[in-house]
Amino acid sequence: MSDNSVNPGRRNFLLGATAAVGAGGVAGLAVPFVGSWTPSAKALAAGAPIKVDVSRLQPGEILGPIPAWRDKPIFVIRRSEEMLARLSEKPERLADPMSDREQQPVYAKNETRSIRPDIVVLVGLCTHLSCSPKYRPTIEPQTFDAEWVGGFYCPCHGSKFDLAGRVYEGVPAPSNLEVPPHFYESDNVVVIGEDEGVA
Amino acid sequence: MSAVEQSFKNFMSWIDDRLPVTEAYEKHLAKYYAPKNLNIWYYFGIFSFVVLANQLLTGIWLTMSYVPTGEGAFASVEYIMRDVEYGWMLRYMHSTGASAFFVVVYLHMFRGLLYGSYQKPRELIWILGMLVYVALMAEGFFGYLLPWGNMSFWGAQVIVSLASAIPIVGEDLAIWVRGDFNMSGVTLNRFFALHVVLVPLFLLVLVVLHVLALHEVGSNNPDGVDIKKTTDEAGKPLDGVPFHPYFTLGKLPGIIVFLFLFCAVMFFYPDGGGYLIEHPNYEPADPLKTPELIAPVWYYTPFYSMLRAATFPLLGLDAKFWGLVVMAGAIVIPFVLPWLDKSPVKSMRYKGLASKIMLGLFVISFFILGYLGTVHPTPLRTLLAQVCTAIYFAYFLLMPWYTSVEKTKPVPERVVL
Repeated sequence: MSDNSVNPGRRNFLLGATAAVGAGGVAGLAVPFVGSWTPSAKALAAGAPIKVDVSRLQPGEILGPIPAWRDKPIFVIRRSEEMLARLSEKPERLADPMSDREQQPVYAKNETRSIRPDIVVLVGLCTHLSCSPKYRPTIEPQTFDAEWVGGFYCPCHGSKFDLAGRVYEGVPAPSNLEVPPHFYESDNVVVIGEDEGVA
Repeated sequence: MSAVEQSFKNFMSWIDDRLPVTEAYEKHLAKYYAPKNLNIWYYFGIFSFVVLANQLLTGIWLTMSYVPTGEGAFASVEYIMRDVEYGWMLRYMHSTGASAFFVVVYLHMFRGLLYGSYQKPRELIWILGMLVYVALMAEGFFGYLLPWGNMSFWGAQVIVSLASAIPIVGEDLAIWVRGDFNMSGVTLNRFFALHVVLVPLFLLVLVVLHVLALHEVGSNNPDGVDIKKTTDEAGKPLDGVPFHPYFTLGKLPGIIVFLFLFCAVMFFYPDGGGYLIEHPNYEPADPLKTPELIAPVWYYTPFYSMLRAATFPLLGLDAKFWGLVVMAGAIVIPFVLPWLDKSPVKSMRYKGLASKIMLGLFVISFFILGYLGTVHPTPLRTLLAQVCTAIYFAYFLLMPWYTSVEKTKPVPERVVL
C-alpha cells in the first residue's frame, strides 16, 4: 500500500541536513584551493634573511645597488652628524615622531629609528600603496615641499618621509616606513630579515 | 518545394524535436522586435560583441607564444612582437581591443543613463551589465600584468596593496593574493590563469545572461516608449522591426566604420601616445625601481583619482582605508541605480532640467577625474578631484530627490521617428 502523504517536518529536516552536509563538503573542498594561493615553500625559502656589509657606506649615502629582502627594496643609509641633528627639528610636521605606534621592532622605537644612530635600515616601500619612494637627501626647496630638509618622496601619491623614514603629517601614507627585523652580526655586517638570537 | 528544400525541412524538424534551434532563432533573431527609432547610441552593444570576439580570438593566439613566468614573460612579448609571424598584429589587435572594449562599454552605459534603460522592467539587464563591466575591469587588470613591464609591475603592486588597507586581515590578504611577500613570478603566473580562463568564463556567462534578460523584456528606445503596447492584429509591435535582418544587416555599415577606426588606431597609434600602452612598460619589471609616475591605463583613471582624493583620516581609520572605500563605493553605487531613479519617464528627452544638468555634471566630472588620474597630484588637483568625486556621488545619491521634484514632459504614445 502506498502512502502519498507528505511529512513536511521530516522533509525540511532532510533538506536542512543535506544542505548542511553539502556546505561542510564545499568548505572542506575549498581548503586546498584557497591554501594553494599562500606562498609556496620555494617562495618562503627565497624570503630568507640577507646580509649586507655597510663598511664602505659613506655618510649621507644610501647603500647601492639597493639590496632586496623578500623581493622588497631595502634602504640602508648612513646619516651624517648634521643629518642626525636635523631629525630633532620640527617634530610637529611628523605624524609619529617618536615611533610610538605598534609597527616596528623595539630597537626602532626611537627618534632615529635605528639600532646604531647613524645607520638606518628601512623597507623601501611606501606604507600607502607600496610604491618605492625616492631618496632626496639634500636640503633644498622641492616642487612638493618648499621647506624640504631631506628624506624620501613617493612619486605615486606624494607621501613624504624624513631621513629616519618618519611620515609627514597630511600625506596619504598612514604610517612611518617599515623597519625590517635586523641585527648587527659584526660591526659592519647587518643581517636583515630576523631578530638577533632567533635563528 | 524542391527536393533539397524538402530534405532541409525534414532535417530541421528532426533537429527541432531534439534541440529547439528554430525556436531560439525566432525568439532571438527573426521574431525579436527591436524599436524602429533606435539611434546611433544603440550601436555600442553590438560593437562590444565585435570586440569581445576579437579579444577571445587574438587572446587564444597570443597564449600560443606567451610564457607566463617572471623570467620569460617580458622576453616572450618581445618574441611575439619581433619573431612570431603576425605576432605584432595579434598583440596590437588585443591591446587596442582592450581599450576599444572600454570605449564602447562606457558609451553603451552612457546610453543607458541617457534613455533610462535601467528603469523597470530592465533592472536585471542593468545589474547584469554592471557585473559584465566589473568582470571586464578584473580582466583588464589581470591582463595588464602579463607583459611584465615596469608599469605592469607597479600598477599591479599599487592595486594589490589596496587589499592591505583593510584593517587587521589586509596584510595577510595581500600576501595571499600575491602568493609571495612581494609581487613576483608567482603572482604573474596566477594572474595569467585568471586572465585566460576564470574571468573570461564568468564574462561569457554574464554576457549571455545580459542578452537573455534583454530579450525577455525587449529593447528600450530613445523615447522610452513601450513598443509592445501598440501592436497589430497578429500581435507584432507596430513600432518594431525584426532584429534579423533589419539590425544584423542594417548595422553592418556601422560595424565597418567602427572597424576602420579600430584599424586606424591599431596600425598607426598602437600605443596611443602612452595612454594605451604606457611608456615605462617598454622596460622589464624592476621590483626595486618605481616609475616616476604611476598611472593606470586610461579606463581606470577616474576610479584611481577617487582613490587618491581621500586624503584625510576619519572615524579613527586612516585615509588609505577611506580611499579604498570611496573607490569601491564608486563602482558599487551604479548597481542600485534602477531604484534611485524615481522619475515617471525613462528618456532624458522627457525628463526635467535637473536630470539633464546632473547627467551633464556627472559626465564632465568623470572626464576630469579620468584626466587627473593620469597626472601627478598637486594640492589644487587633489581639491578638484575631491569636488568631482562629490559630484559623481551626488549624481546617484541625490537622484531620488531631483527626479521626483522636477517637472517632466508628457511622453508620446508611440515612438517619434
